[in-house]
Amino acid sequence: MQQIVNFLIRNKNFLLFLLLLFISLALTIQSHTYHRSKFISSTNFISGGLYNWSASISDYLKLKEQNERLLEENKRLHNLLQNSQLDTLSIINHTNDSLAPVKTYHYSTARVINNSYNKPDNYLTINKGKHDSIIPDMGVITDKGIIGIIENTSHNYGRVISILNSNSRINAQLKKSEHYGSLIWNGKDPNIAQLEVIPRLAPVKIGDTIMTGGRSTIFPKGIPIGTISDYKLDVNDSYYLIDVKLFNDMTNIGFVYIIENRDAAEIKQLETGETPDE
Amino acid sequence: MNNTIVLNIGRFLFLGLLQVLLFNHINFLGHINPYPYLLFILLFPLNPNRSVFLLLSFLLGLSIDMFSNSGGVHAASCLLIAFIRPIILRWIFGVSYEFQTLKFGNISPGELTLYLTLMIVTHHSCLFFLEVFNLNLLVLTLKKIAFSAIFTTILSMLFLIIFRRK
Repeated sequence: MQQIVNFLIRNKNFLLFLLLLFISLALTIQSHTYHRSKFISSTNFISGGLYNWSASISDYLKLKEQNERLLEENKRLHNLLQNSQLDTLSIINHTNDSLAPVKTYHYSTARVINNSYNKPDNYLTINKGKHDSIIPDMGVITDKGIIGIIENTSHNYGRVISILNSNSRINAQLKKSEHYGSLIWNGKDPNIAQLEVIPRLAPVKIGDTIMTGGRSTIFPKGIPIGTISDYKLDVNDSYYLIDVKLFNDMTNIGFVYIIENRDAAEIKQLETGETPDE
Repeated sequence: MNNTIVLNIGRFLFLGLLQVLLFNHINFLGHINPYPYLLFILLFPLNPNRSVFLLLSFLLGLSIDMFSNSGGVHAASCLLIAFIRPIILRWIFGVSYEFQTLKFGNISPGELTLYLTLMIVTHHSCLFFLEVFNLNLLVLTLKKIAFSAIFTTILSMLFLIIFRRK
C-alpha cells in the first residue's frame, strides 16, 4: 500500500498528463462523430456572448453589402410574385383562412456570429437558440443556397454543422432530372463540394445546376446548391463523382434563413414505424 | 512573485482573446492561421509547479477549442507541449537549465528561435493530425503544419521583439 501511494506521488505529473490527455482525446474523437460533440461547443454563454459582441461590431462594416444583397433578393422575389398566376391579394387573404392548409415550411432569420471554413470539420454559430424555438435538424440557407443544418442549440445560440464538414451529408439532385446522390466535402477547397453516387445513366454536364432533393425532412426540394464544375466516374465505372461549385461564398456569410419543417415529426414517426399508442 | 502571477493571468486572457477574435479568422491564402496563443506556454516561468502548468495549458487549449468548435484538439496539443517542455529545454540549454540559472532575458537569438520552432512544430503536428483525423489527407495535413508553423513562429518572434522588456 505504502509503495502504491509513493508511486502515485512520485508520478503525479505523469498521471495528471495521462488523465488530461485521455479527456482531450475523448473530446476529439467525439467531435469527429456526427451529433456527438455537444460538451465543448461555442453555443455556451461565454463564447456565444463574446462572438455576438464582436459580430455586432464587424456588422457595421458590412452594412452596405448586406443591403445590396437584400435588394437583389427582394427584386428576384418581386419578379416571381408579379409573374406568377396568383395575385398578391389572394395570398394575403388566405393566411387568415382557418380552412386553408397549414404551410409545411416556416422560415425565420438569424445572424451568423462565427464562421469557420479552414478545417475539415467546420461549424457556424448563429444568434438564435431554444428561446426562438430553434431546434436541431432544421435547415439553414441564404438567399443564394444552402449553408448547413442546425446541430446543437443553447438558450440563445445555435450551432450549425456547415456543408463544409466531413460529417455532413445532404440529399441533392440534378435540376434537370430526378437522379439524386449525397453532397459531401473532401476538406480541400471551401468553394467546391462533392456529389457522390449519381448513377452513370444520369445526364451530367459541366455547368448544370445541383439543388436539394427534398428526400429528407430538413430541406424542401429545389433549394439551389451549386453548378457542376468537374466530374469523373468512380473506380467501378458505375457512379459519377461530381465536383460542385457552390453558389454561396462560404467564407462570407452574414444573415441566414432557418427552415422549420412542421411535418418533420410526423414523417419521422412514420419512417421509423413507431406509433404513439404503443 | 505576485507580479509573475498577474502577468501570466494577463497573458492567458489577452492571448486567448486575441486568438479567438482575431487570429482564428485570418485564413491567409484560404486556410492558414497562426496560433500565437502558444506564447503563454512558451514563456511560462521556467521552473513552475508542473501540475499547475499542465492544468493551465490544458485549460487554455480547452478554451480555444470551445470557441473554435474543434472538440479537444487544442487541449491535447497544448498539454503535449507543456509536458515535453522540460525535455526540450534540457536538450537545447543543457547545464544552464538544470542549474536553474536560465532566464528568457539572456538567451541568444539562435537558441530562442530553435526553442520556439521545436515547440511550435510539435504543437502544430499534434494539432493538425488530430484535427484532420484522416490519413488519406496526409499531404494536406503536412502542408497545413508547415505553413502554419512558419506563420506562428514569425508572429511569435515579432511579439517577443515588440514586448521585450528593457
